Amino acid sequence: VNAISGLTVERHRDYVGAKMGMWVFLFTELLLFGGMFILYAVYRTVHPEDFHYAAQELNTVVGTLNTLILLTSSLTMALSIAAMGAARKKASILLLVLTIALGLWFLVNKYFEWGAKFEHGLYPNSEFLLQHSKGEILFFGLYFTMTGLHGLHVIVGVAILTVVAFKMAGRPDESVEFGEDGISKLEGGRMAVLDGSGRPVWTGGPIDDSVEKVSIRTKYRPVQRRIRREDFAVLENAGLYWHLVDIIWIFLFPLFYLIT
Amino acid sequence: MGNHAITTSTGAVAGFYSVRRHPGILAWIFSTDHKRIGILYLASMLSFFLVGMTLGFLMRLELIAPGKQIVEAQTYNAMFTLHGVIMIFLFVIPGLAASFGNFMLPLQIGAADVAFPRLNLFSWWLFMTGAALAVVAMFTGGGPPDTGWTFYAPYSIRTGTNVVLAAFAVFVLGFSSILTGLNFLTTVHRLRAPGMTWFRMPLFVWSLYATAWIQVLATPVVGINLLLIIAERLFGIGVFDPAKGGDPILYQHLFWIYSHPAVYIMILPAMGVISEIMPTFARRTIFGYKFIAASSIAIASVGSLVWGHHMFVSGQSYAAGTIFSLLTMLVAIPSAIKVFNWVATMYKGSIVFETPMLYAMSFIFLFSIGGLSGMMIGVLSFDVHVHDTYFIVGHFHYVIFGGMGMAFFGALHYWFPKMFGRMYLRKPAKIAWALILVGFNVLYMPFFVLGWEGMPRRYYDYLPQYHTPHLIATIGSWILVSGILLMLGNLVRSLYRGEPAPANPWGGTTLEWSVPSPPPLENFEEIPHVDRGPYDHEGVGSK
Repeated sequence: VNAISGLTVERHRDYVGAKMGMWVFLFTELLLFGGMFILYAVYRTVHPEDFHYAAQELNTVVGTLNTLILLTSSLTMALSIAAMGAARKKASILLLVLTIALGLWFLVNKYFEWGAKFEHGLYPNSEFLLQHSKGEILFFGLYFTMTGLHGLHVIVGVAILTVVAFKMAGRPDESVEFGEDGISKLEGGRMAVLDGSGRPVWTGGPIDDSVEKVSIRTKYRPVQRRIRREDFAVLENAGLYWHLVDIIWIFLFPLFYLIT
Repeated sequence: MGNHAITTSTGAVAGFYSVRRHPGILAWIFSTDHKRIGILYLASMLSFFLVGMTLGFLMRLELIAPGKQIVEAQTYNAMFTLHGVIMIFLFVIPGLAASFGNFMLPLQIGAADVAFPRLNLFSWWLFMTGAALAVVAMFTGGGPPDTGWTFYAPYSIRTGTNVVLAAFAVFVLGFSSILTGLNFLTTVHRLRAPGMTWFRMPLFVWSLYATAWIQVLATPVVGINLLLIIAERLFGIGVFDPAKGGDPILYQHLFWIYSHPAVYIMILPAMGVISEIMPTFARRTIFGYKFIAASSIAIASVGSLVWGHHMFVSGQSYAAGTIFSLLTMLVAIPSAIKVFNWVATMYKGSIVFETPMLYAMSFIFLFSIGGLSGMMIGVLSFDVHVHDTYFIVGHFHYVIFGGMGMAFFGALHYWFPKMFGRMYLRKPAKIAWALILVGFNVLYMPFFVLGWEGMPRRYYDYLPQYHTPHLIATIGSWILVSGILLMLGNLVRSLYRGEPAPANPWGGTTLEWSVPSPPPLENFEEIPHVDRGPYDHEGVGSK
């Protein structure tokens, strides 16, 4: 609840709505790339042999490595969300950082891969390229545009994940605590986790003088400045975006590297 | 039925204008309130409209007689490009959805705001960024773009003018449009008030919903197309450059895959507005509610499959031309369903000829002419003769200006009291309407004749045989512009000096009329519970 000029405005929290908006957005991204896949399909149909020869110029080793990197990063991303779902914030952030690192690694590889192409004089509108057949010119025009736009999405994805990581790290865990004042009530007791029938599943040690604080980390409760359900939605949406980046690469990789 | 009459609270609820989180203009440009954002769009779009109108006015002046009158040929090329870019991308496409849609959508479905208020504000900022870039493109680089609003390759790759910036501006505008679309989609799905079932939604909401889908599905395609034009100019990637094996026809395909559905982005909300105005001033429920709602979706779907009719003479196959021609004919069915239903709504109604109703009726008249001429040019054999002539220009001005434009003016007069809490003077409003209707027809009707006789579009000069229709058209432009200025003058005056408006001046039945004018910040004191259809006049009784 947020007070504005004496009026109280209830902040709208809609988990389903947030996810829905993200899915629609991802759809627009697919259509954005779809336009280029259409171009690819048309030009490859017109120049199948040129595409075959041009694709031999690409470095399959780097391409495969990058594919593995992105696939792994999707795994760490999904694990990060799962960790958050299990209220394990530290693990979640760690996995997120790992995802970011893998994204950066992908970009570094891409940089060297492109750099090598430029060194060979192989880039759009280069004199060297213009001596080649039209199909090869188009292949590299599409290669640089599509992987370039994809690389831009990786950069944006890394930026988004970084912001989310900071956002998560900046907020304390949501927990129920028995501190100085409440601890006296618990003294001498013993903590237990019960199952549905009331039997203890797990029993802790006695709460004696040495215990200063008893803390139970909970899942997402809407408390200001704490990890809460919206962060979960933000993390999930960032994850969805990352998976999109991944899946586009899954299509780019065979279409450019593996068609020879 | 008498127990659910619209109750209007006229108590001491402060309008949203009095709640300001920031001082001065900042209260507007940093507000996430959908009502303020709607008005921001309205004000910015009307400013762009005036610029576009001035350009059109000057073009007509240039064409008053053969030969050079006021500008050089290259200036004229830049003028029609800018007229098109400004009118299409800065006025008509954001159009009713971004302005009135933003303001009315949450009110009409009984919500406090849209689903993503901050994203909504961000969309406006993107819109203004795109507009600013378009203005910068006019004055920097190699001069204002001269490609026409379609940026056809390969000319757009070769011309020395500032195409990169202009295309990027349109890309940014497209992004803004996508975000508004997904915001509205989510809003309609998630934020309808209890009891507001899909078939109790006002038809304006239905049309916004259909529009939002087109915005989301079609805009990315033109986005990538424009990025490719930019990449083509900056890096020479070759995909649209015939010298490197690229195919300019593919550009046209990708352009019209978006830009034809885009005309439904323009017209669908306009149809929604007409569906609001008709029942209010005919004092009875809309005829064929479900058919009108479904026809919006039908237009959105079929309209996405007809882009090839822009390319009948671009060299596509005869079979493709025939199929696109047939699909084009199909769009006429849902459009006609709407027209017949509006006319049937008026049948045996007690019609009140207030200004919004006059605009709505002129919409039906002008849109029918535009639509039927569209049927003509949808026919493959006929189109070959009038392609790229004034017949086309006449057709789309009848559809877009006669359709979307009239609906926009109608919406302006219909919702003005709700948005600003003031009434305008009725007499000048009606005189302005008459001038606009007469001026419009005097201006654009000769276009059909000119096109029929072979006058090509976008030409700076013409043969003496075309002089008379051109002269008549130019005279029409004077009448039209004077009408628009009178209309805007009346509205601006009323912003300051108009009588305070009651909550429901027209006897409307949709939810926005149940809150005070202007609405309070939170729209509804309590989120309403809806138990009736949107146009249930019997439940309201005569005012």
